[in-house]
Amino acid sequence: MTAPFPPPGESAACGETRLAVPGMRCAGCIAKIESGLAVLDGVVSARVDFTAKQVRLVHRPDLEPPAIVDALSALGFDAHVLVTPLTIVDDSAEQRRLLSALGVAAFAAMNIMLLSVSVWSGAAGGNRAMFHWLSAAIAIPTVIWSGRPFFGSAWRALRHGRTNMDVPISIGVSLATAMSLYETVTGGEHAWFDGAVMLLFFLLGGRVLDAMMRGRARQGALALMQASASGANVIDAAGIGHWVRAEEIQPGARMLVAAGERIAADGILESGACRIDRSMMTGEAVPVTMAVGDELLAGMLNLDGPIIIVANRVGEDRAIAGLARAMQDAGQHRSRYVRIADRAAKLYAPAVHTLAAASFIGWMIAGAGVHQSLLIAIAVLIITCPCALGLAVPVAQVVASGALMRAGVLVKDGSALERLASASRVVFDKTGTVTLGRMVPIAIDRLDRRQQSLALALAQASAHPLSRGLAAALRAMGVAPATLHDISEVAGQGMCGHDGAATVRLGRPSGSSDGGTAVALTIGNEPPTLIAMADVLRPDAAAALARLRQMGMESMLLSGDNEAGVAPIARALAITAVSAARPEEKLALIQNMSAAGDRVLMVGDGLNDGPALAAAHVSMAPSSASDVGQQAADLVFMGDSLLSVPRAVMAARRTMRVVKQNMALAIGYNIIAVPLAIAGLATPLIAAVAMSLSSLIVVGNSLRLIRATSGVAR
Amino acid sequence: MTGLTLLIPVALGLGLLGLFAFQWALRSGQFDDLDGAALRILIDEDEDEAGAAADSATAGEQS
Repeated sequence: MTAPFPPPGESAACGETRLAVPGMRCAGCIAKIESGLAVLDGVVSARVDFTAKQVRLVHRPDLEPPAIVDALSALGFDAHVLVTPLTIVDDSAEQRRLLSALGVAAFAAMNIMLLSVSVWSGAAGGNRAMFHWLSAAIAIPTVIWSGRPFFGSAWRALRHGRTNMDVPISIGVSLATAMSLYETVTGGEHAWFDGAVMLLFFLLGGRVLDAMMRGRARQGALALMQASASGANVIDAAGIGHWVRAEEIQPGARMLVAAGERIAADGILESGACRIDRSMMTGEAVPVTMAVGDELLAGMLNLDGPIIIVANRVGEDRAIAGLARAMQDAGQHRSRYVRIADRAAKLYAPAVHTLAAASFIGWMIAGAGVHQSLLIAIAVLIITCPCALGLAVPVAQVVASGALMRAGVLVKDGSALERLASASRVVFDKTGTVTLGRMVPIAIDRLDRRQQSLALALAQASAHPLSRGLAAALRAMGVAPATLHDISEVAGQGMCGHDGAATVRLGRPSGSSDGGTAVALTIGNEPPTLIAMADVLRPDAAAALARLRQMGMESMLLSGDNEAGVAPIARALAITAVSAARPEEKLALIQNMSAAGDRVLMVGDGLNDGPALAAAHVSMAPSSASDVGQQAADLVFMGDSLLSVPRAVMAARRTMRVVKQNMALAIGYNIIAVPLAIAGLATPLIAAVAMSLSSLIVVGNSLRLIRATSGVAR
Repeated sequence: MTGLTLLIPVALGLGLLGLFAFQWALRSGQFDDLDGAALRILIDEDEDEAGAAADSATAGEQS
C-alpha cells in the first residue's frame, strides 16, 4: 500500500471532507458507514448522501483524509477523497432554486384553482370580483417569482436572435396575466390566472426533473473519478520525498514512482529498469520494458518499482495536456447540438404566434371588436402553450436515465440519450474496452491446489496490478490462501514468504528481459512454475457485438496497439480493425466518418481515446477508464459486461420513441383544443381541464419507460 | 358572505403554512438525498438490542 495521497492541509483545515464511495448499495451500507466512521477518533459527524454515493465528514483538523480512507476500506468500501466539491454545490443550489419556485407555483395554483372553481360554479357580481382580485393578488407575485427561469432563458435566446421553448411560454404567461388583470379591473367575466399559474407549475416540474437528472449524473461521474493519481513523490536535494501536485512539479524534479503508480509528469528514466503499462496512452496491451535513459510519459503505469524519473516536460507541456487540448477542440461541436425540444420549439413558436395573430385579425374582420378579438387571441396562446411539450422530453429522459443508472449505466449529459438513439455505427477501442484492460492469468487450472493457495497467499498481500489480477482470479475459483509467515515484498522482484522451512516466491521470471507478462511461482528448490498473464476479452464482447449488429449498427475496432495485438481480437469478434492508430489518427478517422454522414458511437477508455470520444456523435466509457476517458464520454458503464453498450442504445431508442409519442400526444391535443379557442369557445375552465389532462397523459406515457428500460437492462 | 370572510383567510393561511413548511424542508436539506431517505427507514437504529433479541429467540428455539 504505497499509494500516497494529496497533502491533507487544505481539506482538513476546514474540518470537512467529502469522499466518494461508489460501492454503497443498500440501507445496510449506509448504517455500516455512518456508525463505523462515527466511532473513529476525531470524527464529529458522518453523513451519507446515498443519491450521490458520497460521505460528508465533519472532523477535527488533525484527522487526515488517508486515515478516513483506511477506515472505510477496513469497513469494506473503496473510497477516494473528492478534491473539488464546488460543482456539486452549484448544482444543488440551482436545483433548490427551481424546487422553491415549484413550491410557490404549486401553492398559488391550488389556491387560485379553489377560487376559480367558485367562479365557474356560478359566483357572480361582488363575489366574482373579489375572487378575481384575490386570484390576481396571488398570481402576479407568483408569475414574477416562479416565472424567472423561463423569462431569463427566453430573453437570452431572443437577444441572440434565436427562439426556444421558453419564448412562447413567456409570451403566453405574461399576456394571460396582463389580460386577466385588465379583466379584473374592468369587472370582466373571465380571468385566466389559474391557467397561467398552472402552466408555470407543470413546466417547472419538467425543469426540476431535468436539473435533478443532470445533477445526479454529474455527481455520479465525479464519484467515479479518482483523485489520487494527480501528483508525485518528489525527492529533494536532501533525499527526502515530498508529495507534490501534478501541476506544481518543476522541470528537473526527481520523482519516485512506486510499483502500481501512475506517472504524473513526462520525464527520463534515471534509475531502475521497469516494465511499463502504456495502454492508457497508446492502447498497447503488453507492457514494455524500459531502460535508463528512456522517455516516459505522464499517465503511464509503472508495473515494477520503484523507479526514479527526472521530469522534463511538466504541466501544460505534457503529452497528456496536448491530448486534453485536442479533446477540448474536438468536443466543441457538442455545444452546437440542438436538442429535440428546441428543434420542436423552432417550428412550434412561430406557428402558435401566427395562429394567435390570425385569429385576432380574423375576429376583427368579422366585427368582434378589439376587446373580444384580443381575448380570443390570448385564449389561443394559452391553449397552445407548450405545457405537455415542456414535459414530454424531461420526464421521459429522467425516467430512462434513472432506470439506466440502476442498471449500472450513468448518463452524464442531458442530450446524450437523444444522440445515442440516433447513432448509426460503433467504433470500439481495444485495450480496456473490448478487453478487460487488466491482466488476468491464463490456464491457471494447470497449477495444483497447493500452488494455487500459495500463490494466492502471496498475491493478495501486494498492490501490484499483476498480483491483484492473479489474486482476484484465484479467489473467484474458490481457492483458500495458505498460511505463510514473514511475507515481504521486494521492490522490482516480487513477493516472498515462508511456508514452514520452504521459501515461496512470486515475482518476475528470472532471466526474462522481454516485456512479456508472466509471473513465476517458486516453491523451495523446485523449478519455477510460470503463470502467463494476459489482457483478455470482456466476457460477453461477442454477444454484445452480435446484439449491436441485430440492431443495425456495424462495429469496428480502432486501436493504438500493434497489428499482432489487434488481429487475434478482431478475428475472435469477426469485425474489421484498424491498428497502430495514434490519438490524432483516431480523431481524424472519427471526423472522416462523421463527415461521411455516419453518426458514430465511440466506446473507449484510454487517454489516447479522449479526442476521439469527444469528437464522436456520442461516446461511452467503462468505469475502469482513465479520468480523461470518463470526462470525455457521455455515458459511463459499470461492471465488466460489454452488453451494457447495446442495452444503453436500446434504452435510448425506446426513450426517444416515447418522447416522440409524447410530442404526438401534445400536438393531438392542440388539434382538438385550438379550433375551440379560435372559434372563441375556450373558457378558462376548458383550458384548465385540457392542460392538466394532456400533462397527465404525457407523464403517464413516460412512466411506462420504468418497466421497459429496466426490462432491457436485465 | 360572512362565511367567506372567515373561510378564505383560513384556506390561504393553511396553504401558506404548507408552503413555508416546504421551503423550510428544502432549506434544511431534506430534498438533497431522496434515494437515501427511502433506504434509511430500513436501518435498525438500536441494532444491539435487536441483535440480542434475535439471538435469544434462536437460542430459545434450539433448547
